[in-house]
Amino acid sequence: MKIDLILFFLLAGIAVVTSILVITRRNAIISAVFLVLNFFALAGLYLLLNAQFISVVQIIVYAGAIMVLFLFVLMLLRTDNESPILSDKRPLKYFAILISVFVFVQIAYLLFAGKPSRNITPDEAASINSGTIQAIGKELYTNYIIPFEVAGFLLLAATIGALVLAKKKFE
Amino acid sequence: MPSTINEYFQLMPFLIIGIGIILSVVIEISSKSSKEILPWFSIILFFATALYSITNISEHAVLFGGMVEVGGKPAIFNFIFNLGAMLVVMSSIGYLKKYGTYFGEYYILIQSSVLGMMVMAGSKDILMIFLGLELMSICFYVLAGINRNKLGANEAAMKYFLLGSFTTGFIVYGIALIYGTTGTTSIQNLIDNFGEYSSNIIFVTGLILFLIGFSFKIAAVPFHMWVPDVYQGSATTVTGLMSTTGKTAAFSVLIIMLTSIFTLNSANIFKPYFSAIAVLSMFFGSIVAISQNNLKRMLAYSSISHAGYMAVGLAAANSYSISGIIFYLAAYAFMNIGAFSVISIIEGENDSRTDINVYAGLNSKNPVLAAFMALFMFALAGIPPMAGFFGKYYVFVGAIESNLTWLAILGVISSMISVYFYLRVIVFMYFKDAEENFEIEVAPYSLSSVVISGVLVLMFGLFPDMLLRLITAVVSL
Amino acid sequence: MSILEIIVISLIKILLVVIVMLTTVAYLVYFERKISAWAQNRIGPNRVGFHGLLQPFADVFKLLLKEDIVPDAANRPLHTLAPFIALFVSFATYAVIPFGPSVNIFGYDIKLVVADVNIGILYVLALTSLGVYGITFAGWSSGSKYSLLGGVRSSAQMISYEVSMGFSIAGVLLLSESLRPIDIVNAQHGWMWNAIVQPIGFITFVVSAFAETNRLPFDLPEAEPELVGGYHTEYSSFKFAGFFLAEYANMIIASCLIVTLYLGGWQNPLVDISGLTGTVATLLYVASFLFKVAFMLFFFIWVRWSIPRFRYDQLMNLGWKVMFPLALVNIIWVAALIMIFNL
Repeated sequence: MKIDLILFFLLAGIAVVTSILVITRRNAIISAVFLVLNFFALAGLYLLLNAQFISVVQIIVYAGAIMVLFLFVLMLLRTDNESPILSDKRPLKYFAILISVFVFVQIAYLLFAGKPSRNITPDEAASINSGTIQAIGKELYTNYIIPFEVAGFLLLAATIGALVLAKKKFE
Repeated sequence: MPSTINEYFQLMPFLIIGIGIILSVVIEISSKSSKEILPWFSIILFFATALYSITNISEHAVLFGGMVEVGGKPAIFNFIFNLGAMLVVMSSIGYLKKYGTYFGEYYILIQSSVLGMMVMAGSKDILMIFLGLELMSICFYVLAGINRNKLGANEAAMKYFLLGSFTTGFIVYGIALIYGTTGTTSIQNLIDNFGEYSSNIIFVTGLILFLIGFSFKIAAVPFHMWVPDVYQGSATTVTGLMSTTGKTAAFSVLIIMLTSIFTLNSANIFKPYFSAIAVLSMFFGSIVAISQNNLKRMLAYSSISHAGYMAVGLAAANSYSISGIIFYLAAYAFMNIGAFSVISIIEGENDSRTDINVYAGLNSKNPVLAAFMALFMFALAGIPPMAGFFGKYYVFVGAIESNLTWLAILGVISSMISVYFYLRVIVFMYFKDAEENFEIEVAPYSLSSVVISGVLVLMFGLFPDMLLRLITAVVSL
Repeated sequence: MSILEIIVISLIKILLVVIVMLTTVAYLVYFERKISAWAQNRIGPNRVGFHGLLQPFADVFKLLLKEDIVPDAANRPLHTLAPFIALFVSFATYAVIPFGPSVNIFGYDIKLVVADVNIGILYVLALTSLGVYGITFAGWSSGSKYSLLGGVRSSAQMISYEVSMGFSIAGVLLLSESLRPIDIVNAQHGWMWNAIVQPIGFITFVVSAFAETNRLPFDLPEAEPELVGGYHTEYSSFKFAGFFLAEYANMIIASCLIVTLYLGGWQNPLVDISGLTGTVATLLYVASFLFKVAFMLFFFIWVRWSIPRFRYDQLMNLGWKVMFPLALVNIIWVAALIMIFNL
């Protein structure tokens, strides 16, 4: 077997197992820990797909920043006293199952019956090049410069909004 | 491809607001009296952008490799957004002191939300639609709960935020499916190859999810559940902004996305969807509004039914009905902002005096306000020769053109029902005696906001051709 | 080179780096104690071995032989995991630090870096952003309020300073046009050291590095007067040694990064001038790298024993209101330099 295939199965296995553990653990913090592990497996899978930038950003942004803030909140909330929400609310559980089945059917359809995306190219060198940070940076600052700037304003507005909601008092 | 300096100059409306936001932040940081400066600064910004957009309507261009569109339809929408926001800011100056949230960030958030709307209306790429939508929505979430001391405002903000994020989930999922099947986010590409793509079920699923997401944003039944609480709980001026310009922005996106359907004259596969939400929204909004005693809540339900009338135009989807929707949106924006400005003037401290009983005998207390409120109510009811009438008229004519006569008839019936609750307000104002005595403090800016809205509503009603000619000229672009 | 050869060479490099690391850490503790003694006019450790040179080993044995206490309220798996995360993160970062130019041994052309990755700097940033987990988990899993406060403080502090750290690095990347550490070192040829070209970025990076390593004056997560011992209050024995080790390893990695990014890495203009080539020059380059790192380590210790601890709000103010804007100024400065001099 080729080494990338072995790695794929290893990472995919970790991803599946950890994502199951995320939703079955009682303790929210332990769930979060497994979610972090899941992000790592995903980052590894991205790396196998030659998407270096996405892979590292997955770790820096999701595992390194967002999940830390999650933990931050969970630790201060003492979630262990709260009764598990799904066992109390049956309909919610069925709704969640319904959504999961819907997504699963859809992905299965995409994989087995759907047409491949128009951008798929068998050219491996091109796919390696398009995943590098240089290629992504170039796209961001030329073709996507306007969305990039708008995203900047979005972050500014979100910062101001957070400030308005969190500031202790206004003079 | 490299962009030229010239392209940046063509983005002038975006630049004005964008630079304005940054300057506002600087003013807010550096000046102690920022809360006196910022409203005026915002008014100037909005007025300049509105003026620029409407005068450069003919300079239609798609810039930055098919990312943004300027001139044409976006110019009309920019005009509505900016003029609407200007009127809202004018009525906010006096209202915010009363409401207890007197600080400068409010205006920066309004500016940012307007930038988001402009991005939505001008986008030629689904990515831009999403960014604009988020920019607008995040500002609205915060604006809804801008007064943290009020329970109602907190409830409104929380509900709006949760439902809004849920909606965003739908939209992003839809976008992902669209991108996954087509490999592009360019709307032009979607329009050009729509026939080919629409045979793919995953693409259609994505488009439907996208439409459902925006049905939430235009507040159509059955995606309306957040509307009454949010509109009632938020600050009145904010509600005025959300219910008019926010709705206009969401409709602008629907119009952009569905252009493919009527320009190519292919079968409108979404006709059943829009017909259904149109009928449901029209009747649900009109009937439930009858039993409302709180004026803000009543206008929330009325906003649902208006979304229904506009959705009739989307179901018809010919160029006539699309011009009708844009006209309707413009008319609706100013009559609703006018009505909310009046409510914000009458409203007392702690959300008091928003009940319909308060309006009893308003004519004897303040005949000017009563007259304008009556004007807005007539316009919302769609009684000729007010602007609201022509909006509905054009939309229904468009529906008949597309062989949707039954939908037009249902629309007429529903608007007849809605006349009842609009006229009820007028009856209270003119034919009932005052129940409680209170002083109405009329701030000059708020009054001028009411007057300007009234003049615009009258103008659109008496000379509908003026605006409609502009719209029909650009709608096919 | 065949796969086997690559694996063997890599293993040798890893082994070499780990051994050097461990001994450095052990003696860094010794030097810290010696320097603090010197700063406070004391003698310092001088009992075990010649001038106390065997003191580090005595310390390690002492810690190993102690009883491992896990509090009742602790979450056992995480409590055990936390020090290992901290150790793993600090050791894994060394993989991308180049400590010399290529060297030719037995016919093999070997780069003096464990892994020559083209996104090396992003890799470092990713790992530093994970470093916070060790401390956060330690804080939460101990089931003690002091630990929790320390953990929470550290996450806030590290996230805040990561921002200015990332922005300072952006200035370096603008000049090197690459994320590969070797390219960054090569871009600082001669006296074009980034510390000289972009002094503001150098200062913000060094300050952020102090905050990221939780060293004084930014050691709020373990501030003894307020938090007893912060996140490692409830740790003892070998697990405590793990944190201890990680802290000093972090210090070394921070020094290595500062040297690589701002002080020209293994570059030494004097060796360039002398005209030496071959193995001698390479050894001299490696020596310069080690000397620079040693100086930075001394600087770390020197600062610790000279400057008092910040208050928490001061720390946050410094991070967001001073360091972050300065890092942005640095980017504009570098961009202007590039525009004017066509660097």
